[in-house]
Amino acid sequence: MKTPLYGLILGGGLGIFDGLSALVSAPEVAPQIVSIVIGSTAKGLITGVLIGVFARKVRSFPLGLAFGLAVGLVLAYGVCLLNTSAGQKPYYWQIMLPGAILGLIVGYATQRHETMTG
Amino acid sequence: MMRLSDAMVEHLRGLTDWPDLTGTRYEIRNIIGRGGMGTVYVGLDHALDREVAIKVLSVEDHARAERLGREARILARLEHPGLVPVHDYGVLGDGRPYYVMKYVRGARLDEYATTAAESHEKLRIFLRICETVAFAHAAGVIHRDLKPENVMIGAFGEVLVLDWGTARVLGDPETTTATVEGTPGYMAPEQLDGHANLCDARTDIYALGAVLTCLSSGEHPAIDAIAEVAAAEHPDDRYQSVQALAADVARHLAGEPVSVYRESFTERLARLASKHAVALALVGAYMVMRVLLIAWR
Repeated sequence: MKTPLYGLILGGGLGIFDGLSALVSAPEVAPQIVSIVIGSTAKGLITGVLIGVFARKVRSFPLGLAFGLAVGLVLAYGVCLLNTSAGQKPYYWQIMLPGAILGLIVGYATQRHETMTG
Repeated sequence: MMRLSDAMVEHLRGLTDWPDLTGTRYEIRNIIGRGGMGTVYVGLDHALDREVAIKVLSVEDHARAERLGREARILARLEHPGLVPVHDYGVLGDGRPYYVMKYVRGARLDEYATTAAESHEKLRIFLRICETVAFAHAAGVIHRDLKPENVMIGAFGEVLVLDWGTARVLGDPETTTATVEGTPGYMAPEQLDGHANLCDARTDIYALGAVLTCLSSGEHPAIDAIAEVAAAEHPDDRYQSVQALAADVARHLAGEPVSVYRESFTERLARLASKHAVALALVGAYMVMRVLLIAWR
C-alpha cells in the first residue's frame, strides 16, 4: 500500500474516532455529532494524505513527527476558526490538542510504513 | 654495570628478529603482533609514503612459506570491504616470504566487546562479520579460525576479518591439512578431531556461534538460543548457512521473533511493546489527554 493511501485511511479512521469522542468530552454537542464526525473525518483524511505525501518525500522520523504535529495543529486551528465564524464556541483545547496528537500519530505511523515498505 | 629488565631484553630480542627489508620499498617501524605463523609489523611504504602492515614468516620453513603465500593469494582474490586488501607479496633475502597489506587502525573485537558498547551495536558488528564470512563461503573459502581476536573494528566503524592463514579452499587438497588448526573454544568438534575433510561452511558457523556468545551472552534469551544452535555439536544441527544465522540475528534486531526460539506470551508482549514503543506512547498520550479533557470540564 502506498504511504499517502495508508495515511489517508489511518487519518480518516482516527478522525471518525476523534469526532465520536466528542460525545464523551463535550456531551452538549451531541445534537451536532453527525456534522462533527463528518468534519473530523474530513480533517483526518486531509491530515493523513498530507503527512503521507510528506513521508514519501522525506524519510526522517523527527521531521515526520514535526510535520504531523504542525499539520494537525493548523487544521485543528482552522476548525476552531470555522466554529468562531459560525458563532459557536471555538473549543480550542478540545479540538487542537487531540488534532496535534493525532497528527503526531499519523506522522509516526506513515514514516514507519515508508521505512518498512519503501 | 647496568642491568636490563626482562621487558627490555624482550624488546631487544624483537629488534634482532626484525626482517631485513633492504632493497624493497618498505621499512619496518614497529611490531603489531605475533601469530603462530608469522609476525605482523607496521611499516612505511616509501614509494607511496603511507603506513602499511607487513606480515613476515617467523622462521624459514617451506610448508609455512607455502601457507603464507596461499593466505596472501586468498586475501588478494577475495576483494570485499570486510577483508584487508593485500598490496604486495615478496621474499626476503633470507628466503622468508612476506606480504604487505593495508594498515588498519582500531581495536580488536575482544577488546571492543569489553567496552560499554550497546548490545545492538555489537550485534550489528556481528552481522558485518557474517557478511564477510558469507562472501568468503560463496567463493569457496572457509576461514577455520574465526574468533574475536581475528576481527578488527576500524576507527571509522569498518569491520575486518583477519588472519586467513588457516583458511581452507574447498576443492583444493593443499588446504585440507590433517593437522588440528584453530583456537580451542572456537573450533567445531569436527575440526578438533582433525577431520579436515569434514570442515565446511558449518565449521565457521560454529565459530560464529562462539563469537556471538562472547559478544552478547546472557543479554537476551533469543540471542543465546541463536548462539546455541550455531554452535551445536553436530553440523546438521547448526544453521546450514551464514545467511540463515545472520537473518535470525537481523530479525532479533528488528524486534521480530527468531526461528530458533519459542518466546513466552509475556516475552512476546514485551517484544511488541518495545518494537512499538513510540506508537504506544503516542496512543497513550492521546488517551491521557482525552481523560484530562473530560476531567477538566
